[in-house]
Amino acid sequence: MKKFILALLAVLPMFALASGPSIHLDKAGNDLTDKESLKRGFESYINYCLGCHQLQYQRYGRTFTDLGISDADGVANFMYTGEKVGDHITNTMPAKEAAKWFGNAPPDLTLESRLRSPDWIYTYLRSFYADPNRPFGVNNTVYKDVAMPHVLQGLQGIRTMDADGNLSEATGGSMTAEEYDVFSRDLANFLEYTAEPSKLDRQAMGYWVIGFLFIFLIFAYLLKVEYWKDVH
Amino acid sequence: MSNAPVNNGRRRFLTAATSVVGGVGVVGLAVPFIGSWNPSAKAKAAGAPVEVNVSKIEPGQLIRAEWRGKPVYVVRRTEEVLSTLAANDDQLKDPGSTEPQQPVYATNAYRSINPEILVALGVCTHLGCAPTHHKGDFEQHVSGVTDGFFCPCHGSKFDMAGRVFQSVPAPTNLVVPEHSFPTDGTLLIGISPGEA
Amino acid sequence: MIANFMAWIEKRLPLMDAMNKHAVQYPAPKNFNFWYVFGILASVVLVNQIVTGIWLTMSYEPTGEGAFASIEYIMRDVDYGWLLRYMHSTGASAFFIVVYMHMFRGMMYGSYQKPRELLWIFGMLIFLVLMAEAFMGYLLPWGNMSYWGAQVIISLFGAIPIIGDDLTLWIRGDYVISGATLNRFFALHVIAMPLVLVILVFLHILALHEVGSNNPEGTNIKKKKGSIKPEELSKFTFHKQYSEKYDIVDAIPFHPYYTVKDLVAVVIFLIGFCWVLFFAPEGGGYFIEAPNFEPANNLKTPEHIVPVWYFGPFFTILRVVPDKLLGMITMFAAIGVLFALPWFDRGTVKSIRFRSKAHKINLTQFAICFIALGILGTMPGTDLANFIGRIATLGYFGFFVAIWFYSKNEKTKPVPERVSG
Repeated sequence: MKKFILALLAVLPMFALASGPSIHLDKAGNDLTDKESLKRGFESYINYCLGCHQLQYQRYGRTFTDLGISDADGVANFMYTGEKVGDHITNTMPAKEAAKWFGNAPPDLTLESRLRSPDWIYTYLRSFYADPNRPFGVNNTVYKDVAMPHVLQGLQGIRTMDADGNLSEATGGSMTAEEYDVFSRDLANFLEYTAEPSKLDRQAMGYWVIGFLFIFLIFAYLLKVEYWKDVH
Repeated sequence: MSNAPVNNGRRRFLTAATSVVGGVGVVGLAVPFIGSWNPSAKAKAAGAPVEVNVSKIEPGQLIRAEWRGKPVYVVRRTEEVLSTLAANDDQLKDPGSTEPQQPVYATNAYRSINPEILVALGVCTHLGCAPTHHKGDFEQHVSGVTDGFFCPCHGSKFDMAGRVFQSVPAPTNLVVPEHSFPTDGTLLIGISPGEA
Repeated sequence: MIANFMAWIEKRLPLMDAMNKHAVQYPAPKNFNFWYVFGILASVVLVNQIVTGIWLTMSYEPTGEGAFASIEYIMRDVDYGWLLRYMHSTGASAFFIVVYMHMFRGMMYGSYQKPRELLWIFGMLIFLVLMAEAFMGYLLPWGNMSYWGAQVIISLFGAIPIIGDDLTLWIRGDYVISGATLNRFFALHVIAMPLVLVILVFLHILALHEVGSNNPEGTNIKKKKGSIKPEELSKFTFHKQYSEKYDIVDAIPFHPYYTVKDLVAVVIFLIGFCWVLFFAPEGGGYFIEAPNFEPANNLKTPEHIVPVWYFGPFFTILRVVPDKLLGMITMFAAIGVLFALPWFDRGTVKSIRFRSKAHKINLTQFAICFIALGILGTMPGTDLANFIGRIATLGYFGFFVAIWFYSKNEKTKPVPERVSG
């Protein structure tokens, strides 16, 4: 047994090999229990993102229920295209044409948060900067040469990159930097939710199940000890 | 056994207690397996209530809607048809709609909320074919009755309230689904009046 | 009444006798330790995979067009679908953790030595089938890592001279990995391999019970008939299949003693299993890999294509050999030498407790190398990683070479006659 633990310890330093050069990501600080934040993120998504990016695995009805929006409110405020409450959140952008216009078809974002991470999305939204060499005049430090224009430039303004590769503060947007941070966090929060809507249920159930198992363990252990009195 | 069991009673108690707790665990474990067989969100979405615009239906006209995979006949019945409904009663199997083929609020002479609008599943209660609507030429099937439904598969006949005639294979009246009228011109199939 | 019914069945199919022979009156050494729980844990995980697998098949769509979406359907639309999915994905990784520990126990205590060589072979066959099962199962979600991982591994077969290209075409059923590949992997993963696995496990347990269980001391609890004084014999009743042929000492009936002890082990295992399932199902990105959260895309390769963590050791061995065909041969040889372990080890002392210092060092370095190879298998193949990987590969194969030499005339400690403690 000691040998085994020794073996494990001996190889631990190898994990140091894993880290390659990586982009620093700011912490999104998401809170999936903050329904107001999720609602804001949902609204922002519908207004700014849905035109190009679908959430094809997420249903409107599920979103309303989970976020505490009534179906009536939901249909009135979040659904503009005559779909039904039970439908998935899709758009009508044709994929082939979109690939031509942008270089890459705008990907579906339902699972983006699990593909990249919430911190990635939060940082990405805030890392666009002016770059005259790009077709839409912007680039992104988190995703080099991204094909996406800075859709949120009206809100954030635009940042510039200096000779050392540092980004300036954003100027010319309708939001302050703090407001835009909250805006980005709400979106990152919402996308973390869409990537796994059952996450909170899963964690809640986990406490019950593991709690039960500990209780069962006590009984099983007492039973074992009792029977093993026979064995010498 | 090397010795007589030290405490048989204690052993039995612990075995029983552990089994009971274990049993609770097994029941808990069964929940997701059995629960996963419930209709999924996809099935519920497909079976969601259907809204139909009835304001444009001409008197006497039938339109077809679809709800939960089944055809729904929506007919704007004329005054004439409505007034002659009672006359059919002695030719029908269940003129008073005593069989539970319709919701409580449609258990009346017209089998509907709004006498003018008939809402019934276009599914023959014999073996499920879609009955044909006859407007004005139903006398070929039942003398003295101008409008009705005739099922081409085995010849069952229903009047304009969806009630089944005697001496035909179908046993019961056409099913009237839960429905309501949120506004005068809108029919909502699948939701009863007063439901959210 | 019930007794008569049972007697009627028993006369025609001796189920009670089988239960006695294999559980209630099966003589198990009384000194099983922590390392001996992994067999029962493996069966628990097997049952988990089969049952959750069946349930997932009820909602999964095995086509290139629909597979990825059907996983999200299970995760979102099916009641408790997410729970079934995570039970299955956590179970897959748990299976390999448990099986690797189980195999290591065998190496430590010499459970592969005579007369248990066939038992070991069945175990190795189970391991082989398990790897195939896991590999095919991983294609089914049709994520981008599923696709590219399969692409890399299947293209290995192209390295085989003459028949290589035709073989990969035949395996894929298409010019690239496509719905055809997915559909056949689905059939093999859901029915063929599980059937083979269950049969092999059955044979594995039968082979075990035929020769009896080993124990941490490596001593034999079944002594020559008549060699033990009556007052020293085990006081428990064992099935006459065993007691008529041997004098049994230091043993206890499997049921109730090990059923009750294994229950504790299973519950502890489940606590760990459920902790992962409910709080960290992605396993830090190792159990469910991030690139798999986007659909298979034959035009977009993930940054690092590596197989799932449990294939790590063998993948590293493959990767560190510069030649594709030689790498493949070396990788299969790494599994082959495990098969042949009962013959590489020419010693007669079973347990590491009584073997030479050389053996203790050898086995320790083997474990270190295996884990190192595993860790490297999750990382990109940099020069440094390959260098360390080559050393670890030498250590891995070196274990078998070394044991062949020193086991013939090994300086072992005297093995006790009876189990102590």
